[in-house]
Amino acid sequence: MPTSHPFPFIQLVYLAAALLFILGIKRLSSPATARSGNQLAASAMLLAIIVTLTDKQILSYNLILAGIAIGSVIGALLAYRVKMTDMPQAVAIFNGMGGGAAALVEASEFLHHAATHGLAFYAELAMLVGTLIGCVTFSGSLVAFGKLQGLLSARASANPLLKILTALFLLDCFGLGAYILSGNPDPIFFAWFAASALFLGIVLVVPIGGADMPVVISLLNSYTGLSVAIAGFVLSNYLLIISGTLVGASGTLLTQLMCKAMNRSLINVLFGAFGASAQTDGKTGGDGSVKGSIRDISMDDAAILLAYAQNVVIVPGYGLAVAQAQHQVRQLADALEKRGIDVKYAIHPVAGRMPGHMNVLLAEANVPYSQLVEMEEINPELPRTDVVLVIGANDVVNPAARASKSSPIYGMPILDVDKAAKVIVLKRSMNPGFAGIENELFYDPKTQMLFGDARESLQKLTTALRAVD
Amino acid sequence: MSGEFLLAAYIFFLAAFVGFEMISKVPTTLHTPLMSGTNAIHGIVIVGAMLVAGSADSPLRSVIGFLAVIFGAINVVGGFAVTDRMLQMFKKKAPPPKEKHAN
Repeated sequence: MPTSHPFPFIQLVYLAAALLFILGIKRLSSPATARSGNQLAASAMLLAIIVTLTDKQILSYNLILAGIAIGSVIGALLAYRVKMTDMPQAVAIFNGMGGGAAALVEASEFLHHAATHGLAFYAELAMLVGTLIGCVTFSGSLVAFGKLQGLLSARASANPLLKILTALFLLDCFGLGAYILSGNPDPIFFAWFAASALFLGIVLVVPIGGADMPVVISLLNSYTGLSVAIAGFVLSNYLLIISGTLVGASGTLLTQLMCKAMNRSLINVLFGAFGASAQTDGKTGGDGSVKGSIRDISMDDAAILLAYAQNVVIVPGYGLAVAQAQHQVRQLADALEKRGIDVKYAIHPVAGRMPGHMNVLLAEANVPYSQLVEMEEINPELPRTDVVLVIGANDVVNPAARASKSSPIYGMPILDVDKAAKVIVLKRSMNPGFAGIENELFYDPKTQMLFGDARESLQKLTTALRAVD
Repeated sequence: MSGEFLLAAYIFFLAAFVGFEMISKVPTTLHTPLMSGTNAIHGIVIVGAMLVAGSADSPLRSVIGFLAVIFGAINVVGGFAVTDRMLQMFKKKAPPPKEKHAN
């Protein structure tokens, strides 16, 4: 462990880096500042690495410089070669590397102190826990990568053998750990311990389905943070403790947020495969088909989705008329246009309760007539639309009319909003529309629901949109 | 020694508190970039790896340290680069023409 330095120059730079990391994460959590937050954190990292080179503990630079060069080239190649759609895999790999590095640092310290003996109990315990977590995140992240990349089966597996293996490796780790702690710091047993931890990471992630991998990666990310913090304990390096803990804590919370956005619990994500198959909270529609789950969207998320769109199509329906929200729609549209977003209204011939109902309603709010687009004209445009905002419309956007022969509205021409990139549905409740049938659009993965009175929701949405900077 | 441990514990809990408080309200659009950004930040383990690699006193510890530095560098460089690529989508659309056409 390092002793105190004559002048704490390195420590002061570390402190600055830690503060910059905090600012960086803070800025990363808002869309307008996110990119600068990432750059801030990256410069803090560079600063910390450079100042570490002046540490007197370092006797030889060959390995360090060669390692940094090799790792940087590999990292940059991976980061810039990966396709935009494959980003989660890349994050998984990078996370695994971090966990691996933390485990290796702890292993090295263990070997060092095992040779010289004289290691405090808590320090030894920290090394073991850190190694365990680091190894689990390393192998777990690689499995997550394999699943997302299609190298391993992405299916959730309920194989009981995996359960048994998990218990075995866990027991193995605990037993070996206890043995090492009770005065046997033997490198052989330590290597066995690390190997068991690596296998544990594999059997923990293998049963989880590919669709849940982003949550798993987020969880493993926070574990790596913890492992790095423990490495900081072992090395008495406060920068590692602070940065690792920050990531561990924020990562834990982020994992919970992600679960919430999927309407699932973390336990259900991690162990959901044991028992039921994937989509469990699906609803049975009027025609008897199960469609998956409904996802809520918060006001702020909806505002951000709209704010960063290039074109938005608004689909008004009977709900708009009931709520008398035509003026509020106009205000939202104005706020969108102020941001340079192209806004159009898609008017279905039978939207509302009479032909032309929507035209009249919107005309009352002085919506320019040129923005009202008929169904036949807007449908070809919808596949290129960023966000569709469905306000109190239901049957006129129900894809069942196109696809499901058993549906009572089969054959009715509809607005093809399910072809747009994102759909936000403003709706009072989950009650079916006029025709009394379920709408599978609401269960589509790209659809998010904003429940509440249309008038109130639109007002809040406009306020939230104006607050996005 | 135990004083040092106590100080480390203080720092740990304060940092944990800051970490929890920071992420209370994040739009879903930013979940993945935020995960990726914090992922890059735990690449700070490279500092520990450098210290270990630079002070290695046996061939085995040299190999371990060398590997740790490589892994850490992949985490840092790849992590920040991939996050930046993700966040480009926000930059592209952010500046809409403010004083636009009058129609």
